[in-house]
Amino acid sequence: MISKDEILHVAELANLKFKDDEVDGFVSQLDKIVTMASNLSTVDTKGVEPTYHMGDTKTVFREDKGVHTQTREQLLENVPEVQDNLIKVPSIVDKEED
Amino acid sequence: MDYLNETIDSLHDKLVNKEVTAENLTKETLDRIHSKEDKLNAFVTVNDDATDDAKKVDEAGIDGRLSGIPIAIKDNILTNGLLTTASSKILSNFMPIYDATVMEKLNAAGAINVGKTNLDEFAMGSSTETSYYGTSHNAWDYTKVPGGSSGGSAAAVAAGDAIAALGTDTGGSIRQPSSFNGIFGIKPTYGRVSRWGVVAFSSSLDQVGVMSKRVEDSAEVLQTIAGHDVHDSTSSDKEVPDWRANLNKDMHGVKIAVPKEFWHEGTNPEVLKTIDAALDVYRKLGATVEEVSLPTLKHAVEVYYVIASSEASSNLQRYDGVRYGFRAKDVKNIKELFVNSRSEGFGDEVKRRIMLGTFALSAGAYDAYFKKAAEVRTLFINELDDVLSKYDLIAGPVTTTTAFGIGEKVDDPLAMYRNDILTIPANLAGLPAASVPAGLADNMPVGLQLMAKKFDEQSIFNAAYALQEENKFYEQIPTALKEED
Repeated sequence: MISKDEILHVAELANLKFKDDEVDGFVSQLDKIVTMASNLSTVDTKGVEPTYHMGDTKTVFREDKGVHTQTREQLLENVPEVQDNLIKVPSIVDKEED
Repeated sequence: MDYLNETIDSLHDKLVNKEVTAENLTKETLDRIHSKEDKLNAFVTVNDDATDDAKKVDEAGIDGRLSGIPIAIKDNILTNGLLTTASSKILSNFMPIYDATVMEKLNAAGAINVGKTNLDEFAMGSSTETSYYGTSHNAWDYTKVPGGSSGGSAAAVAAGDAIAALGTDTGGSIRQPSSFNGIFGIKPTYGRVSRWGVVAFSSSLDQVGVMSKRVEDSAEVLQTIAGHDVHDSTSSDKEVPDWRANLNKDMHGVKIAVPKEFWHEGTNPEVLKTIDAALDVYRKLGATVEEVSLPTLKHAVEVYYVIASSEASSNLQRYDGVRYGFRAKDVKNIKELFVNSRSEGFGDEVKRRIMLGTFALSAGAYDAYFKKAAEVRTLFINELDDVLSKYDLIAGPVTTTTAFGIGEKVDDPLAMYRNDILTIPANLAGLPAASVPAGLADNMPVGLQLMAKKFDEQSIFNAAYALQEENKFYEQIPTALKEED
């Protein structure tokens, strides 16, 4: 059974927050989904190697040379707030704790 | 202009014989799309500038078979200078500055991108109901879902709005909507097509594929977009065959395996009857059809949702409101910028999967969920490989039901997830798989699923072509469209 505290902890890890009235609904839905996933414990996987990826495992090399494919202006086109040709973000330090 | 009775070949002939110019063909296509959109909602963005692209193709001259041919593109594939949203609020303002490799290849072939089709948000869903831009509608019955996540692409092709569309398939997102809309749709082998410029959902499962009314048209488009790409190290350097030229409907000696579990998952009896009839066609054409068992299938949904959600939670970390996409207002520090932008930008289904994935990867849960799912995945791959060492194809239904009603399952995520049980195996094992129109059940289309060995798309194209030439399902006009005419 997944608890409300666990959900809030996972939300913190995932950089998500939920309104109070949303949390309970999420707890019950996620609990059902996690319970479904718990069925996996009934499968005997002793000695079985996990499959984490599907690609070829060969190493790919290329010449150690920078290639400019986009200009600075292009890269900044989708940035929500730009100032002096730089990406603008809010304070990294929480002002309320000052 | 509609594409209900056309093929790429018939259009190519008209373009070459100058019965129509690429510009006029595109203009008529855009008119058709606009006239249907209030019913279908198949597109997030209609590319009204496509006539300029077509004009350039006319000026350069029609050469290859895709030259001047209108194609629709799922809106999680980047298109330079054309809005790409993945049907999410968080990308609702995102203007790509480069083309996905598949788009580059289509452009080089002279194909015309007529618009970006609707999907479940970030391709997470089986009904297109999780789209920020509203659900798309099934061309056979507007009260039903078109399936998902490539629901817009499927509806557009079924309604004759485009001759072919690109989709992506992580757990069945090309095959299920193809089945629901009575069209052909193929998910190629993992690694067959570059994913550079495709919005990532689950990196060990995602693959780009094609949907069209006719098998030969999908073969044409798929061989155009397939092949190795230096930008994507998971793309294979195996040679891409000329599937189109090698189409062969002779089924003599072809060995088809039918997993008995496909018949035991609550599959609708009418659907099974239609699939049985399709298998009888193969028997009549000289193939052998035998029952096999895939005992691990009952865990496929669990394995899939743990792995797909874990990889999604990792891939979707990049949406933080800093460099692109939606940014929340009135935040007091950077942490709040991340949290508020994500919480306001993502829809419920995406949040549910990020939460499940973050949980499955968290300390204390990793071994029991993520690692365990990856181990069961290995067992499942071995099971499928074993069957395919003895048979050319695995066949069965694509889905347990025909298209369900809009709103019917949207509040029950588990019911929606179980809907994917028959399509998930191909993704977990990286196998090529397709949905071929098999007939109708309760007046709605049913797709036959065909799976083959890795890189053996030809066997799928051939068997699909054989069935198509027998049942000529492409002659059927979707009911809802027919009633309008």
